[in-house]
Amino acid sequence: MSNLTNDTLTIAGKTYSSRLLVGTGKYKDMQETRQAIETSGAEIITIAVRRTNMGQNADEPNILDILPPDRYTILPNTAGCYDAKTAVRTCKLARELLDGHNLVKLEVLGDEKTLFPDVIQTLSAAEELIKDGFDIMVYTNDDPIIARELEQMGCVAVMPLAAPIGSGLGIRNKLNIMTIVENAKVPIIVDAGVGTASDAAVAMELGCDGVLMNTAIAAAQQPVLMASAMRKAIEAGREAFLAGRMPAKRFASASSPIDGLFF
Amino acid sequence: MQIYINGEQKQVSDNLIMSDLIEMLELTGQRIAVEINEELVPRSTFSSHQLSEGDQVEIVNAIGGG
Repeated sequence: MSNLTNDTLTIAGKTYSSRLLVGTGKYKDMQETRQAIETSGAEIITIAVRRTNMGQNADEPNILDILPPDRYTILPNTAGCYDAKTAVRTCKLARELLDGHNLVKLEVLGDEKTLFPDVIQTLSAAEELIKDGFDIMVYTNDDPIIARELEQMGCVAVMPLAAPIGSGLGIRNKLNIMTIVENAKVPIIVDAGVGTASDAAVAMELGCDGVLMNTAIAAAQQPVLMASAMRKAIEAGREAFLAGRMPAKRFASASSPIDGLFF
Repeated sequence: MQIYINGEQKQVSDNLIMSDLIEMLELTGQRIAVEINEELVPRSTFSSHQLSEGDQVEIVNAIGGG
């Protein structure tokens, strides 16, 4: 029997017991960030790379002091990059920041309104970064052909969106996500679009290897409680996937036997 | 000479060394990464990297993000 104690996720040779990956943006303060992330049980957490604030807020704690790299796998992102060149520069800075750690989340955006990926720029950045020794977890759209191409190029995980970043719309195209999962030999992680716990469970029931989310937790009325809900939803969805669901039928099928009725 | 630090113009002494700039900015020991004119400058080379007139210096760190 499959169970969750020996069900692990391996990315770039490292094994994780949690299939929930979380972002660290949009929280009220560092304390809430730390509490929500601890509660989520996530082992892989994303960060962004931005200009250092000179002089001001010198005493403000650094995110890496709150969420230390010896405890979490830090996944720097290229959020805000709209071309391959800035994405590659961001990854190189991130690797330097993290003392040579070469796992990155590549996202190259195409449009501010949708934050959909610019696939052409994404492919170009991925190629350059892989040559330079990076392990790429790549944000892409829910196109099975592009997902397959990114895998063939050597990305260590492919991360299709479920819906636009920060939209909370849930899985908009289950069939495409299923096709991507069925084709893949690398982990498929739904990245973006999850709004609530049931969305995360659906992604896992489709056979995804994990879900990466930020706003769904950070923008909840009570982020720490939502982090707990998401942790359970990911586990529930994963167990349901491993258990194999019953076939759906149009009409009823009695649960109590007909034999032995006394009337 | 003039250089640009995170987009802001700054007057510094000629032939300034990167590690001295970092010290001037009170960033010594901080978890930062630096690029000059869009090229990464590894921390290990700070003590020997000499800045030039018009250099575009970007100093970054990790922050919360999704």
